[in-house]
Amino acid sequence: MNMQILIAGFGGQGVLFAGKFLATKGLIEGKNVSWLPSYGPEMRGGTANCSVIISDDPVGSPIVSEPNCLVAMNLPSLRRYENSVVPGGMILVDSTLINEKVERDDVSVFYVPATKMAKDEGFSTLANMILCGKIIKESADMDFENTDEALKKVIPPRKANLLDINLNALKVGYEF
Amino acid sequence: MMTEKVLMKGNEAIAEAAILAGCRFYFGYPITPQTEVAAYMAKRMPKIGGTFLQAESEVAAINMVYGVSAAGKRVMTSSSSPGISLKSEGLSYLAGADLPALVVNVQRGGPGLGGIQPSQSDYFQATKGGGHGDYRMIVLAPASVQEMASLTVKGFDLADKYRMTSMILADGTMGQMMEPVSLEKVEATVYDKPWAVNGTKGERPHNIANSLSLVPEELERLNFERYERYKKVEENESMFESFMMDDAEICVVAFGIAARVSKNAIVEARKKGIKVGMIRPITLWPFPKKALLDAAEKAHTFISVELSMGQMIEDVELAIKCKRPVMLCNRVGGMIPSPNMVLEAIEKADKGGRE
Repeated sequence: MNMQILIAGFGGQGVLFAGKFLATKGLIEGKNVSWLPSYGPEMRGGTANCSVIISDDPVGSPIVSEPNCLVAMNLPSLRRYENSVVPGGMILVDSTLINEKVERDDVSVFYVPATKMAKDEGFSTLANMILCGKIIKESADMDFENTDEALKKVIPPRKANLLDINLNALKVGYEF
Repeated sequence: MMTEKVLMKGNEAIAEAAILAGCRFYFGYPITPQTEVAAYMAKRMPKIGGTFLQAESEVAAINMVYGVSAAGKRVMTSSSSPGISLKSEGLSYLAGADLPALVVNVQRGGPGLGGIQPSQSDYFQATKGGGHGDYRMIVLAPASVQEMASLTVKGFDLADKYRMTSMILADGTMGQMMEPVSLEKVEATVYDKPWAVNGTKGERPHNIANSLSLVPEELERLNFERYERYKKVEENESMFESFMMDDAEICVVAFGIAARVSKNAIVEARKKGIKVGMIRPITLWPFPKKALLDAAEKAHTFISVELSMGQMIEDVELAIKCKRPVMLCNRVGGMIPSPNMVLEAIEKADKGGRE
């Protein structure tokens, strides 16, 4: 297994949190993992992305420059990164926020109206976790095991009330 | 028993490791990309009876470090490139007074205010001085979050052992990235500090921590004595990692994030049958000269991969006594060489070596 994941969107969409969840799940499963955020002077509203590697082998560079899994949560991110995805890789598109189509035909593309689904389900801030659920579903190397435990590690105890809705969002994405 | 691995940012790992090593005093001033060190200390120190203080400036912070160190306690500060320049006067004074301290530099692009993205362009500043006068610092270059922790502990020990400053020379990537880290409960080595300015209790002559010495003969003697100690550091404390070097005809030299990127490139080059390996200096001072000189027996070309305009390359050339050509593979300004760029440099070196 060597998942090279790039999650990209606006600050505030939970891009970094989604990456941390996936890396933590990998860690629990005994994989080598790394998580690297883009960091900038802005607090929110600017572009945000993070590189996550989940691998059987030790992680060399933590920078994902050729992802085999791209999650695009806005149009600029899709356009900026779609050509960097390796052939045979997958692209997940939040189709509520991105009306355009992926221009490549050598990758698997999944259009998930994650932002609308999150709103309909009553957890409007969790499009990120819906997309994580979809990654888990479509990746040959991942399954739904350990999601509970991973969430408990990334959600601080004082926010424990958010465990259930995060798990629900993952399920909604997984079942989409 | 292995402690459980947790996912942690490099900056946080430094802070927690410092606490495990017995550091109870932190003085700093915020600057990207190392602010998490200070933030972590601000949360933790008050809970364990330690002191966190955000100073009014970098200059103030390093002089607070001087004060606590003189009193015989483990103490640290952290900053990023422009902030380290401000602290450099204090680094020279610490050296002049033979006081141990741990100083962290999570480098960003320069010169001047530069940018906030990763860089390794403070190599000269860290290994050749920065402050004035004849002095050295032990410079440790972590290449993983685990090493951010382990080299912090090591840095405190070496600082106390040799009465000098240890610097952790990291970069924005190392500070910001998360990796699994196991923070083992370390038995902090306790060093006797008979020189500490901590009260005579009427039982001994008083100690003075001072860097002023107006009699030339005396100042010369102090410099000679200090360099005797530095010599011991050079003899005993240089550290490096050797990666695929057994049959290597091309030797990549890289530290920190550049070494991580280079590993990817070397694995790819090996698939193409190119005999390439890497020596990764873990101590930049003392520089692992012997390992490189030994590598020059078999390697026909060296490649220095750096996030600078070519600073470490000078030490590589000196270490191998210019016996072999040394190529530079670099990006600067916050940019990072890609594995492909390093691979191309390796292929070029391979071609050059065969022609």
